[in-house]
Amino acid sequence: MKSDFPKILLIGYGNPARCDDGLGPALAAKLEATSIQGLTIESDYQLTVEDAHDVSRHDIVIFADAALEVKEPFSFYEIMPQSPVSFSTHSVTPEAVLSFAQNIFRSRVRAYMLGIRGYEFNRFGERLSEKAESNLEKAFVFIEQMSRASWTGLLKRNILETR
Amino acid sequence: MARTKVIEIEPLTRVEGHGKVSIHLDDNNNVKDARLHIVEFRGFERFIKGRPFWEVPVIVQRLCGICPVSHQLAAAKAMDIIVGAKKLTPTAEKMRRLMNYGQIFQSHVLHFFHLCSPDLLFGFDADPKVRNIFGIIKKMPDLAVQGVMMRKYGQEIIKATSGKKIHGTGAVPGGINKNLSIKERDGFLKDIAKMKEWSLGALALARNYTLEHMEMIQDFAAFNSNHLSLVREDGALDLYHGNLRAIDAEGNAIFNQVDYRNYNDYIMEEVRSWSYNKFPFIKSRGQNDGWYRVGPLSRMNTVDFIDVPESRKAHEEFKALTNGKPNNMSLAYHWARMIEVVYCIEKIEQLLHDPDLQGDDLLVKGDRAEEGIGLVEAPRGTLFHHYRVNEQDQVTYCNLIVSSTNNNEAMNRAVTKVAHDHISGNPTITEGMLNHVEVAVRAYDPCLSCATHALGQMPLTGELYDAEGTLLERKSRTI
Repeated sequence: MKSDFPKILLIGYGNPARCDDGLGPALAAKLEATSIQGLTIESDYQLTVEDAHDVSRHDIVIFADAALEVKEPFSFYEIMPQSPVSFSTHSVTPEAVLSFAQNIFRSRVRAYMLGIRGYEFNRFGERLSEKAESNLEKAFVFIEQMSRASWTGLLKRNILETR
Repeated sequence: MARTKVIEIEPLTRVEGHGKVSIHLDDNNNVKDARLHIVEFRGFERFIKGRPFWEVPVIVQRLCGICPVSHQLAAAKAMDIIVGAKKLTPTAEKMRRLMNYGQIFQSHVLHFFHLCSPDLLFGFDADPKVRNIFGIIKKMPDLAVQGVMMRKYGQEIIKATSGKKIHGTGAVPGGINKNLSIKERDGFLKDIAKMKEWSLGALALARNYTLEHMEMIQDFAAFNSNHLSLVREDGALDLYHGNLRAIDAEGNAIFNQVDYRNYNDYIMEEVRSWSYNKFPFIKSRGQNDGWYRVGPLSRMNTVDFIDVPESRKAHEEFKALTNGKPNNMSLAYHWARMIEVVYCIEKIEQLLHDPDLQGDDLLVKGDRAEEGIGLVEAPRGTLFHHYRVNEQDQVTYCNLIVSSTNNNEAMNRAVTKVAHDHISGNPTITEGMLNHVEVAVRAYDPCLSCATHALGQMPLTGELYDAEGTLLERKSRTI
C-alpha cells in the first residue's frame, strides 16, 4: 500500500572535527535519534556524486549544511539543479547533486537547502559554538514540526518565512 | 633589474581538496619556476597527541573525507603493534583487505569517470562548458551511470566493513569489530558481474587512450624518477600489506623487501621555506636524486606481477609498452589506475566467496608496545602512520607521510615541465593554459584536502602580478 507521506531524504554534511562545520551531521544525528515516519537520514563529510542515486529515489530532499552568510538561526529555501563548470568531491554542491540526479537518473525530486548559521570553522575541535548549538536546536525543531504535519503543504509556506 | 611575474592558479579544479600553482616568468615571459602548493597535515599530527591510542583509527579519518579508510587502516595497523597483535585472525585481515579494495575501487572510479575523463574524452583545450562531467553525461550517459554506480558499490563495501560511511569503526587495534553477514555478501555478489564488466570497459578506455595518444603522452609531464611502493614477499601487487621496494628510473632496485617499520632508515623528509608540505626522499640517493613517485603508476612499475587473471594480463601489457622498464609518463597513471580498478574488483569477488569473512574470531592481543608503524597502499600511494604511546595509553608522537606528500616533488616537476612546454612566451592567461597545468597535476590524483567547507566559498582565480606585486590580470569563476 502506498504511504500518504512523501519519501523525504535529509542529508546532513560537514566535518564534525572542524567545530561548527559539523552542524549538518549534528542535525542528522539528532533526527536519527527521533524516528520520523517517511524521513530517511544520511550523514557525510561532503556531498558525493553517488548521493544522486539516493536523491533520485525520494520525493523531497533536504540538504543540511553549516552556513556562514545566512540569517540566524537558519535559512531554508528551495534549490534547483545546476550544472557547475567544475567540481571535485570536496565541492559537489547540492545543486550539482540535483543535476546529476536529473541528468543521470531522470529524477524530478524537489529539493531544499537548510543552511544552519555557524561561527567557528577554522580550527580543529569536535564541538559546536554556543550560538551554533542554539541554531541547531531551532533547525531541529523546525524539521521535526514539518515532519509531524503534512510536509508538502508546510514546505511552501516555510520557504517564504525563512528565506 | 630583471623583473619577475607570477601567475597563480588557485584553487586547482577537478582535484581533491584545495591547492594552488604559482608560475614565475622572467622579462621575456619564459618560465623560471613553477610550484604546487598544498595544505599540509602538520596541525593534525599535533592534534593527535594526548589522545588515547584506541581512538586513533577513528580520529585520523577526520584528516579528510576523501580517503578516511586508508587512514583508518594505516592507523589500525600501527595500533596492532601497540597492542601486541603480531598476526590478525583471518577474518580480521580479510575484512580489512575488503575495506581497502572497496576504498581504492571507488576512489579510482571517481577520479577516472568524473575528474579526468572530460580531459581525455574532449581534449585539454576543449571548451570548458563542454569539458566537464555534464558534458560526459550528455555525450556518454551510460558511462556517467557506470561511474556513479561503481562508486556507490565501493562505498557500500566500505559501509559494510567499516560500520558506517562517516567515522567508521570497523578496524580496531588488534583486528576488526564486525564480520560480513551472508545478507551483505549476497548483496554484493548480486552486482559483481556488472561491476567487473564495467571495470574492464574502463580499463579498455584508459588503455586505448594511452596507446592512441602515445606521441603526446611520451612527452607531456614525462620525466625519469624513482618509484616506491609496498610489494608482497613474492613480488606481487599487494595494497594492504607487504614490504617496501624502491626502484630507479631504469628499474634497478634501490632497496627491496624492507620491513616498513624501519622506514626511517631509508626515507627522510625535507622541509622547504615556500611550502608547508614536506618533500620526502630516499636517504641513500640524497635530496637531489632521492625523490620518488608513489601511486598506481609506481605500483605497476615496482611489482613483479599481479595474482588475479584479468589485471595480471593488463599489467603484462602495460609493462611490455616500455619493454619491462619503468614507465615514467605521468599520463600513464590513468591506465595504471584502471588496472587497479580491475584488480580490486577481482580481489573483492575472490573475498566474497571466502567463508572466513563470516568468521567470529575478530581480535587478537599480545604484549603491549610503545611504538607502532603502519603502512598501506592508499589510492594515491603509500601512506605512512607512525605513533608512540605512553604508559597512560596517550599518543606522544605522531608522524604521517601521506600519499600526495610522497608525490610532492614529482607533481612540482610535472607542473614545471608543462609550464615550460605550454606557457613560456605566453603571458596571457587562457583557460586552456590553466588546464594543461591542471591536467598534469590531476594525473597524480592528489588529495589537497583541507577538510572544511561552507556554503559559497570556492572561487577559482588566476592572477598575473608584476615584480612589485601589481595585479596585471585576474580571471575568476566560482565553483
